[in-house]
Amino acid sequence: MIRFATKRLLQAVPVLLGLVVLVFIWVRLLPGDPARALLGESATPAQVERLRAAYGFDRPILEQFWMYLQRLGRGDFGTSLTTGESVLDGFLRRFPATIELAVAAMIFAVVLGIPIGYFAARHRGSLLDGAAVGGSLFGFVVPVFFLAYILKFIFALKLGWFPTAGRQDPRINATHYSGFYIVDGILTGEWDAAWDAVRHLALPAVALGAIPLAMIVRITRASVLDVISEDYVRTAKAKGLTRRIISRRHVLRNALLPVATIIGLQTGALLAGAVLTETVFAINGVGSYMFNAIGSMDYPVLQACILFVALIYTVINLLTDMSYGLIDPRARLS
Amino acid sequence: MSAIAQAPGPAGQTGQPKQPAKATGAQRSAGTTVRVIRQLLRQPAAVFGLAIVLIVILVAIFAPLLTPYEPSSIEWGNQITPKSVPGPSAEHLLGLDSFGSDLMTQIVYGARQTIVVGVVSTGIGVSVGALLGLIAGGIGGWVDTAIMRLMDIMLSIPALLLAVSIVSLMGRSPMAVMVAIGVSQVPIFTRLLRGSLLGERRRDYVLAARSLGLRRPGIVTMEMMPNAAGPLIVQATLMLATAVNSVAALSFLGLSTSEPTAAEWGLMLVKAQSRLVSSPLLAFAPGCAIAITALGFTLLGEALREQLDPKSRPR
Repeated sequence: MIRFATKRLLQAVPVLLGLVVLVFIWVRLLPGDPARALLGESATPAQVERLRAAYGFDRPILEQFWMYLQRLGRGDFGTSLTTGESVLDGFLRRFPATIELAVAAMIFAVVLGIPIGYFAARHRGSLLDGAAVGGSLFGFVVPVFFLAYILKFIFALKLGWFPTAGRQDPRINATHYSGFYIVDGILTGEWDAAWDAVRHLALPAVALGAIPLAMIVRITRASVLDVISEDYVRTAKAKGLTRRIISRRHVLRNALLPVATIIGLQTGALLAGAVLTETVFAINGVGSYMFNAIGSMDYPVLQACILFVALIYTVINLLTDMSYGLIDPRARLS
Repeated sequence: MSAIAQAPGPAGQTGQPKQPAKATGAQRSAGTTVRVIRQLLRQPAAVFGLAIVLIVILVAIFAPLLTPYEPSSIEWGNQITPKSVPGPSAEHLLGLDSFGSDLMTQIVYGARQTIVVGVVSTGIGVSVGALLGLIAGGIGGWVDTAIMRLMDIMLSIPALLLAVSIVSLMGRSPMAVMVAIGVSQVPIFTRLLRGSLLGERRRDYVLAARSLGLRRPGIVTMEMMPNAAGPLIVQATLMLATAVNSVAALSFLGLSTSEPTAAEWGLMLVKAQSRLVSSPLLAFAPGCAIAITALGFTLLGEALREQLDPKSRPR
């Protein structure tokens, strides 16, 4: 297992390095002078000159790259063009909101998706199966932001069951330590604050979780269908094991392996999907940070967000692969 | 489906190929095309998907004949108040949008933008991706490693962000959106074709072609490509559905145009946001248009997969 993990870890190194190179090249390809692109239209010639010297835009390209790496190593990702704030600070401050949203969306998708997929496979051809397959198709084709609108329209604006925007009612004077509002509410014992945060999170999480839900339903269903016709399941039946033991020990355990991969891949993708969802529900997270950066072409923010999100994405994929090796001994050999 | 049924599959295929090994790739694929189309027309879901796709394409082509108005015309702007926009009427079947354009006209012309951008971007994705996959799988060695590493890096950036970074290089324009979506699709097609080429490499017909004295470029393009093309076609159809959504997402993010009255479904959804309560139709019309178009391509792609991709499982 350690060998497998080391090997997989080493494979990720060139990818991450290549990513840094790609982002470095990207900044240099931006329209106009890179120093001007990173400072924005309103910069004075003196500011441009200073940044050009600091970033070494007049030096050989390899030296520039080395300086770039050093800056990254120091945690200097530049400052936002619109707010003048350090991009790293801006990102970290908004990160908990997005993590909270992505985790909630994933929990929604997993908790609903696996049972639905399982029962659809077990009752293949039934009404439930048809609804599951049809419903997952719906999840794939409806754009995330349109689904967000529909949910907001029905459940927030018309029925009034949920709040329309934000993360918490500002009238609740909640204490915040970590930036994870639900966790904060529980830790401080401010139950009303935690509950309010949950209510704010519900609709965005459902909107963001729709695609992973559709995928999990489909993969679980296909995978269970595969497994229930395996020899070892027949053997288990012949041995006289109860249906419950067969489904838990023999079917689900094997069928969930591909599902684990999808969960990992989708968790990374949720970070990008948050751009659309957070915008609709006015959640001040990494997603809306990127959305605003796109609107104002705030290159330092975009550059750092691409790096961070891709880094997180790669790490999650790495962890998924490793967990796969942990669950399924066969994966370590290949 | 079952392990027992599947087991002889891969082994048996090499021993007794369904088509005669002597037939050239071109002959084989011509026969396959007719067979696939015939079988597709027997599946209700496929016919439904095909019908949707054809309708959207026809609407896109004949947009000027379907509506008497211009898409960006805001001549009814004086009927718009901050509180409400006129709803459906005999003159305006779906009513007006928040700028005073005819909503129906915007939807109809939006089909044009969606289909053009979707098809061109997927075209870029397939052709560049297939070319790279062909080079990687055909040449192998360090070229293969280099290409596949680059693809790994591209895949490590979520597709939407990759598209955003490309648009920021090229400036806001429909062209930039096409390139952006196309490039973000490239790794998927490269991986797919390379994978199927590697799988084909050990097949008997490749050995036969080699012993006939064909050279490697000829074998890869004339013999192996037609055999590896099935999954590529399937994926391209499914990617069209994704592209329809990506087009909408990028115009939702304001990346495809700086023209506020442009007929784009994603842009229409942005404009509808502030009037969600008073005029939900402004959001529902373009939203449904996107979903229905994506549904058409998805149904068609999934039906094609069952026909063309023997490895796919029955769903």
